[in-house]
Amino acid sequence: MSKKITIEPVTRVEGHGKVTIHMDDSGNIEQSRLHIVEFRGFERFVQGRPYWEAPVLVQRLCGICPVSHHLAAAKALDVIVGAGTGHGLTPTGEKMRRLMHYGQFFQSHALHFFHLSAPDFLFGIDGDPAIRNIIGIALTHPELAVQGVMMRKFGQEVIRATAGKKIHGTGAIPGGINKHLTIAERDEFLLGADPLNADKMVSWAEGALDFFKSYYAANKDFIDNFAYFPSNHLSLVREDGALDIYHGVLRAVDTNGKKILNDVDYQEYADHIEEEVRSWSYMKFPYLKALGKEKGWYRVGPLARLNTIDFIPSPIAQREFEIYKALTHGKPNNHCMMMHYARLIETLHAAEMIRELLHDPDLLEGELVIKGTKQKEGVGLIEAPRGTLFHHYRINDNDQIEMANLIVSTTNNNEPMNRSVNHVAKAVMTGKEVITEGMMNAVEVAIRAYDPCLSCATHALGNMPLEITLVDKNEHIIDRKRSK
Amino acid sequence: MSNLIKFKIDGTECMAEAGTFIVEAARQNGVFIPTLCNMPGVKPKGSCRICTVRINGRLMTSCTTPVTDGMEIDSSSPDIIDLRKSIVELLFVSGNHFCPACEKSGNCELQALGYLYQMMVPRYPYDFPLREVDASSPKIIKDQNRCILCKRCIKSIKDEDGKSYFAFRSRGNHLEVVLDAELASTMTDELAEKAMQNCPVGSILVKEKGFETPIGKRKFDHQPIGSDIHI
Repeated sequence: MSKKITIEPVTRVEGHGKVTIHMDDSGNIEQSRLHIVEFRGFERFVQGRPYWEAPVLVQRLCGICPVSHHLAAAKALDVIVGAGTGHGLTPTGEKMRRLMHYGQFFQSHALHFFHLSAPDFLFGIDGDPAIRNIIGIALTHPELAVQGVMMRKFGQEVIRATAGKKIHGTGAIPGGINKHLTIAERDEFLLGADPLNADKMVSWAEGALDFFKSYYAANKDFIDNFAYFPSNHLSLVREDGALDIYHGVLRAVDTNGKKILNDVDYQEYADHIEEEVRSWSYMKFPYLKALGKEKGWYRVGPLARLNTIDFIPSPIAQREFEIYKALTHGKPNNHCMMMHYARLIETLHAAEMIRELLHDPDLLEGELVIKGTKQKEGVGLIEAPRGTLFHHYRINDNDQIEMANLIVSTTNNNEPMNRSVNHVAKAVMTGKEVITEGMMNAVEVAIRAYDPCLSCATHALGNMPLEITLVDKNEHIIDRKRSK
Repeated sequence: MSNLIKFKIDGTECMAEAGTFIVEAARQNGVFIPTLCNMPGVKPKGSCRICTVRINGRLMTSCTTPVTDGMEIDSSSPDIIDLRKSIVELLFVSGNHFCPACEKSGNCELQALGYLYQMMVPRYPYDFPLREVDASSPKIIKDQNRCILCKRCIKSIKDEDGKSYFAFRSRGNHLEVVLDAELASTMTDELAEKAMQNCPVGSILVKEKGFETPIGKRKFDHQPIGSDIHI
């Protein structure tokens, strides 16, 4: 008998989503979808507000990586206040923002690896769900749990020192930043008591990477084949092709590495990217206009970034990048689970960049803000931990926002996440009479690899666990399981 | 010649010039009584009632009541504190005060009083009124969502001829403080800054100047409101 499986809510991701899987009479998977069913509407309620409120207002989309929204909005407003993009700011303004952003990357990636994903690696996808969580890690691998907590703490402290608060600060303002780093703060990050100092963070980031590499060596078949499918990849890259999560040009490559969006100015993103609306999800489906809906979808995030860039501008991460790229002979990596590998290389890069930036005297003194001729419209792009984040604002003659468009990282990953769900559902559920918790967790593992932030992407309300429902072809619910 | 009189606040002996309003007399003796509508330099009106104290069993506004010899003032009984807290709560629910994105957060007297009285969830239902943001003047924005109708701007922001830039419009539930569009076009940067400073909340904002004071350097980041008065 045909059935429909629903996973609701999806667990160990941020936000709230559900998966439906339709199975025909023969047990074949007909269709699988990741549904984002809530709605928030930040783009609407920033309308009418003074433009300088946007960086502080829109960051409330999220409590995990609010800095991304804070900085993307501030970058769009830099354009509006005539400060230009990226390097238009004062050295202090740009470097303080970069430090804030690296701090956020570091804490968000650490959170995802240690708290959300590591339980799957340590206890197995079909491990006992009672211990397949961060508490289980704390009980069985306390040293890893401590690292996860302390790495996150270090990143959060960097954010506090640059934005004023660990979550939802006010540091970035149109045209720059509102504070310097103090000597005491700098010294604390560089020379702080073990383990909260930059050297230790670099060392722990290397350790986390080694952990995953060992896991990969022992589970190569699983990593290489789980939810593998070719795709396009999109991200910001520095003008010289380096990894740059704060500023650059927009580049996309196809599954073989051929450039399909060739380093364009992101102020013109609307010429290249369009969003499709589908009736069953509040999350839109972006695609490259030139390739159309069918072929123009792409991935963003750690995997995509390491596929689009030419090199990483920090020595240890670059060394690891070369090892990583050699696995696919320099070609783009299309393995879903390798997103964890790429994420950990980026974690290491963020730690190195924090350490390097802390020695820069521009953080301690210098002009904070610069402004020029005011514009009516501006686009801010940034690489959030989960991928490319677009903020676009237009203001009226009275300095009020009259239009806002946000294309959030997870929205960019909508199509690939749906494809991943479909791949895994087909691989583990086809022909199965009984759907086990382990099978459903496999679907979640695929979603989790993207580190999605569904609340950002859909502007959804509430916490974010996932539910799977099984229905027959007449839409009668056969079974429903909700992740705890 | 001084005419000092003696009075008591919460049982503590105090002294002040006869005729001094209680709120000021208390301040001179190191006792903080909260105010919102009252500010130095303008004639007190007693409209917000946050400075309510008990004298001889009667509730009085301390910003409009002069001290007298031998007066005994109750400013800290639990019911007085709860009364003030309820006023703060009423102000929060009758407007749209979203502190997280407000420029005045950390410098806002209403927010600071909310913290002082440990307001968690207002006991009254939120009204969520539909209010306008007037951004039509060149120097300032008047956000009606946050206005508590204290009149400070009406009484303190005036041109050289004494004409006020702000005025009340409409009545009852529709009462609002509006900006004179013609006068506003002549407003100086200094006056715009003063208007924002004098506003106890975030209803008056200087254009294009947002969040320039970092968290940690704002007025109430480290000490509760009134800390500068207590001795």
